[in-house]
Amino acid sequence: MIEVAGLSKRYGQKLAVDDLTFQVRPGIVTGFLGPNGAGKSTTMRMMLDLDRPTAGAVRIDGKRYTDLKDPLTYVGALLDAKALHGGRSAYNHLLCLAQSNGIPASRVGEVLDTVGLTAVAKKRSKGFSLGMGQRLGIAGALLGDPQILMFDEPVNGLDPEGIHWIRNLMKSLAAQGRTVFVSSHLMSEMALTADHLVVIGQGRLLADTSMADFIRTNSRSYVRLRSPQQERLRDVLHQAGITVVTAGNGTLEVDGVASEQLGELAAQHQLVLHELSPQQASLEEAFMQLTAGSVEYHAHSEPASGQGWGSTGGEN
Amino acid sequence: MAVAQVLNSEWTKIKSVRSTVWTLTMAFVFTVGLGFLISLLSKDQFSKMNARELQFIDPTLTSFAGTGLGQLAMIVFGVLVVGNEYSTGMIRTSLAAVPRRGAFLFSKIGIATLLAFAVALVTSFVTFFVGQAALGRFKASIGDPGVLRAVFGGALYMTLIAVFAMGVATILRSPMLSLGILMPIFFLIAPILGGVEATRKIAQYLPDQAGTKVMQVVTPENDVAPYGPWGGFGIMVAWAALAVLCGWLVLKNRDA
Ligand SMILES: Nc1ncnc2c1ncn2[C@@H]1O[C@H](COP(=O)(O)OP(=O)(O)OP(=O)(O)O)[C@@H](O)[C@H]1O
Ligand SMILES: [Mg+2]
Repeated sequence: MIEVAGLSKRYGQKLAVDDLTFQVRPGIVTGFLGPNGAGKSTTMRMMLDLDRPTAGAVRIDGKRYTDLKDPLTYVGALLDAKALHGGRSAYNHLLCLAQSNGIPASRVGEVLDTVGLTAVAKKRSKGFSLGMGQRLGIAGALLGDPQILMFDEPVNGLDPEGIHWIRNLMKSLAAQGRTVFVSSHLMSEMALTADHLVVIGQGRLLADTSMADFIRTNSRSYVRLRSPQQERLRDVLHQAGITVVTAGNGTLEVDGVASEQLGELAAQHQLVLHELSPQQASLEEAFMQLTAGSVEYHAHSEPASGQGWGSTGGEN
Repeated sequence: MAVAQVLNSEWTKIKSVRSTVWTLTMAFVFTVGLGFLISLLSKDQFSKMNARELQFIDPTLTSFAGTGLGQLAMIVFGVLVVGNEYSTGMIRTSLAAVPRRGAFLFSKIGIATLLAFAVALVTSFVTFFVGQAALGRFKASIGDPGVLRAVFGGALYMTLIAVFAMGVATILRSPMLSLGILMPIFFLIAPILGGVEATRKIAQYLPDQAGTKVMQVVTPENDVAPYGPWGGFGIMVAWAALAVLCGWLVLKNRDA
């Protein structure tokens, strides 16, 4: 269990993390979501006491990270797979970490085996591919057989097989009752792995919700209609008591009515349809909607009204 | 977390990278090799001296003439032991494993210091005997007054140079920056300041100028230093302690 209370971090003028309060519970995968620069990595560094909070605190099973005896046996973290001395062999890298926390050396061989690096254990990690480096970082996180695991964008730059492997690993760790906290800026990725979501933007908490709730609220299904007789179509739908939304480039959107019913209605009134298609709003869109107000680095700036999505987040 | 665990871990770290081997090997080769060459050349020079001048020759110190170059390898050793943690990003992995930063830093410096001392001790004795062999009839004996102290002091000097470098690298958190500052200090600034009469009074308090005094057996004719061998060495200890203390404060208070 990780408890974050009133956590803030200021770098000079920049408030990177702004009064975050949330908990990460055991037995599930908690996704930590936010656009680039939202403060995910900063929050995770503060969890490990690498960066000192400007305000607030983090508790790991009720204790400060610094006060944990042999912290690798409580928390295993992969924050940056490149955070190691490339001149040291994979085996020696893990060995020095194990020794510092009183973990038996035999455990090094075990985790190398788990991540599939046994064959290159004696090789210097400098020559490792991105995927191998990531696996070595994960081996380091698993080393102390900790109850809490933390991964900062673990799938970044991995091939589909590697992504698949990490996804299953996180799920199985959670299934064993461990606390798994994983950051990402891809909603689609989280939809596949996370049971719970913590969403932040510009350092602030935007949502703290179960994945199921998020999907229920946000996976809106609707029907898109296009017709050369748009005005008449609209009138017809209106008379039938159906709410229509005019979307861009001459399309209409209808919520909560089956496409069959709409097609038949149009046929009855002899209306020509150029399109009649059931649509599913993606979670990615919902996520973008949610964070739109707080995206720092817009490709093209068109800030929509963020915060629109009512969530349980904000002030717990 | 027991300190013994952290020491053990730092020992694994230091012996599992190549830079440890090549820097310490270079420290040995430079100190012994250059000391030998200069001793050979000095033998010729000594044989042309008159009796009055011969009073002031210091065969022990002469054999340690390679220290000036050997210490640069020791500086590189000290800088890399600490600085590589920062340049590689390993520091964040290390501090996540050992969040008590004092325990981390002092274990690291402690292990590196012991290793540096072991190498420096061997280097010092080899340097002395090889140098004396080259000096022929001008040679000093290890049993002569002050000689053992000087040879032992030579090892302590080399060790403290490495400790000083470790402290500076902890303050600056970058091996390149540390070398960029330490190399000119020891290679240019100290010799230049020490070589000019007007600035010698200040230069004699620099770590290397004060520290090398411990390798002196015969006091030079025009010696102005207000301290003896151990006094000079004490100044150097103070420099190294100051650097490590500042490094510790930086590590303790800054984000990793
Ligand atoms: N050491 C630092 N010094 C100054 N500013 C920093 C530092 N670390 C992070 N920041 C700033 O804090 C903000 C949050 O950064 P952080 O890396 O935590 O975001 P993130 O959510 O991990 O983003 P990404 O998805 O790109 O990894 C950014 O604006 C960043 O520029
Ligand atoms: Mg990040």
